[in-house]
Amino acid sequence: MEFKEKFIEKILLLIAFSSISILALIAFFIFGEGLPLIWKIGPKAFLFGERWVPSQGSFGILPMIVGSFWVTFGALLLGIPLGLACAIFLCEWTPPWAGMILRSAIQVLAGIPSVIYGFWGLVVLVPLVRNYLGGPGLSILSGSLILSIMILPTIISISEDSLKALPPSYKAGALALGATHWETIWRVLVPAARSGIVASIILGMGRALGETMAMIMILGNAVKMPSSFLDSARTLTTNIGIEMGYATGDHRQALFATGVILFLIIMFLNALAIVLSRRRVG
Amino acid sequence: MRINRRRYLTQKVAKILIWMAALSTMGVMALIVLQVLSEGIPVLSPRFFLESPRSMGREGGIFSTIIGTIALTVVAIVVATPLGVGTAIFLGEYTREGRISRVIRFGIGCLAGVPSIIFGLFGFVFFVIYLNMGWSILSGGLALAAMILPTIICTAEEALKAIPYSFREVSYSLGGTKWETVTRAILPNAMPGIFTGIILGVCRSIEETAVVILTAGSSLIIPTSLFSPVRTMSVHFYILAREGISMEMAYGTGAALILLVLFVNIVANWRLNRYIRKRA
Repeated sequence: MEFKEKFIEKILLLIAFSSISILALIAFFIFGEGLPLIWKIGPKAFLFGERWVPSQGSFGILPMIVGSFWVTFGALLLGIPLGLACAIFLCEWTPPWAGMILRSAIQVLAGIPSVIYGFWGLVVLVPLVRNYLGGPGLSILSGSLILSIMILPTIISISEDSLKALPPSYKAGALALGATHWETIWRVLVPAARSGIVASIILGMGRALGETMAMIMILGNAVKMPSSFLDSARTLTTNIGIEMGYATGDHRQALFATGVILFLIIMFLNALAIVLSRRRVG
Repeated sequence: MRINRRRYLTQKVAKILIWMAALSTMGVMALIVLQVLSEGIPVLSPRFFLESPRSMGREGGIFSTIIGTIALTVVAIVVATPLGVGTAIFLGEYTREGRISRVIRFGIGCLAGVPSIIFGLFGFVFFVIYLNMGWSILSGGLALAAMILPTIICTAEEALKAIPYSFREVSYSLGGTKWETVTRAILPNAMPGIFTGIILGVCRSIEETAVVILTAGSSLIIPTSLFSPVRTMSVHFYILAREGISMEMAYGTGAALILLVLFVNIVANWRLNRYIRKRA
């Protein structure tokens, strides 16, 4: 009996550690494939090179890094206000029926496959941008618009949780002091839930940086430094997604090296979000 | 009085803006779903589901891709569920909050944020090449399992946490060991929550494209073993749309995908409600 219990405990410990060892395995294999190439051409030439011509052996990913950040920045510009407003709507101002509809709408949005977002962007948004704003239509603007919708469920659900976790006395106190409902929300509740809201934004940013398939379909994938929101662009993820199918040798290693940079950026954001959401008020 | 009126005006404006945000979120959802369904549903027919694609997907149906989707999802769930639930039990019942649990939780949090293309790269170099499994159901399923693991762990842990402490006390007072308490008192009651996590995992596996295309290939042949390459519905949709093979077939596959994900969600909610009502 005693022995069996001890045995089970050890097995569970083993299971728990194998779960997180996946993270270590991922890092090990991606770094193992990617780092040799970064050393070979030099970290500086890799990170700040502007030319990506695999057939001539030039691997500079600066345009992709810049492209990734443009697209993500655009997505956050629209996604943050929209997401925060929806979160406030859900926990403060909802008539129950409207809350239920919005909640199921968000559930559906979270369930739509990213290829369908990409496809919808391609057949609906891209022609609109091309006809009304000019340019090729396959652009950072179209990509940002689609991404801002894709990150909404993340931003809304985590912000809503952190708003809901506040002690009711905050709201009661503010209202008792004569603040209007809106002043209570904007000056008391939102600032108090700040760390959770920021964490939701960072996680949304991570999602945006990591999205691949939808972006391949919408961004146009040109390798050049973007100069406006109507330019076509390529991100770190789409660079891997497009070329992985046929790359060999140095070229394949360069794609893994792109993955290394992406992995590092995402790990940094994740760690930041985890630390922030641990620091709960109240 | 004037100051007060301005404060209430601000509140009115804010209220209108927030309603607009909520309405536009619902509107965008409706636009996307209706666009794909309205173009896609006319394509759907029994033959569309029961015939395999012919001439690269220009004709025929999507039968082999349905089989591929199911096969990959089953492998992913079968691998990820015991790992995920085991980890959750360890975190929730077998260890106190301390350094070990903090490290594990941090690792899981990080794993949850890893983008799918990275899981794809990893699956490709580890399962496909290093372990020599080739582009296959097994490689794809294992890579997907790694991807959905954090979801299953987090939901299972929440479900365990929601069980009142008295359940454990009663079980111990009746002479139950720790393991008996977990398997007989806690797990049966945590089942609906664990089930939710599994359903979320199923949905993510069905939707995923980047991981699958790099680890399971895109063969249109009906698989015969765990080592056969397959194409899932999402990958099929992607290839049809991106290479412009057939818009009609793409819309059909897209509609089938959306309906499938909605169906899984609805069934999950319905089953869950019944289960909860029965046990309550």
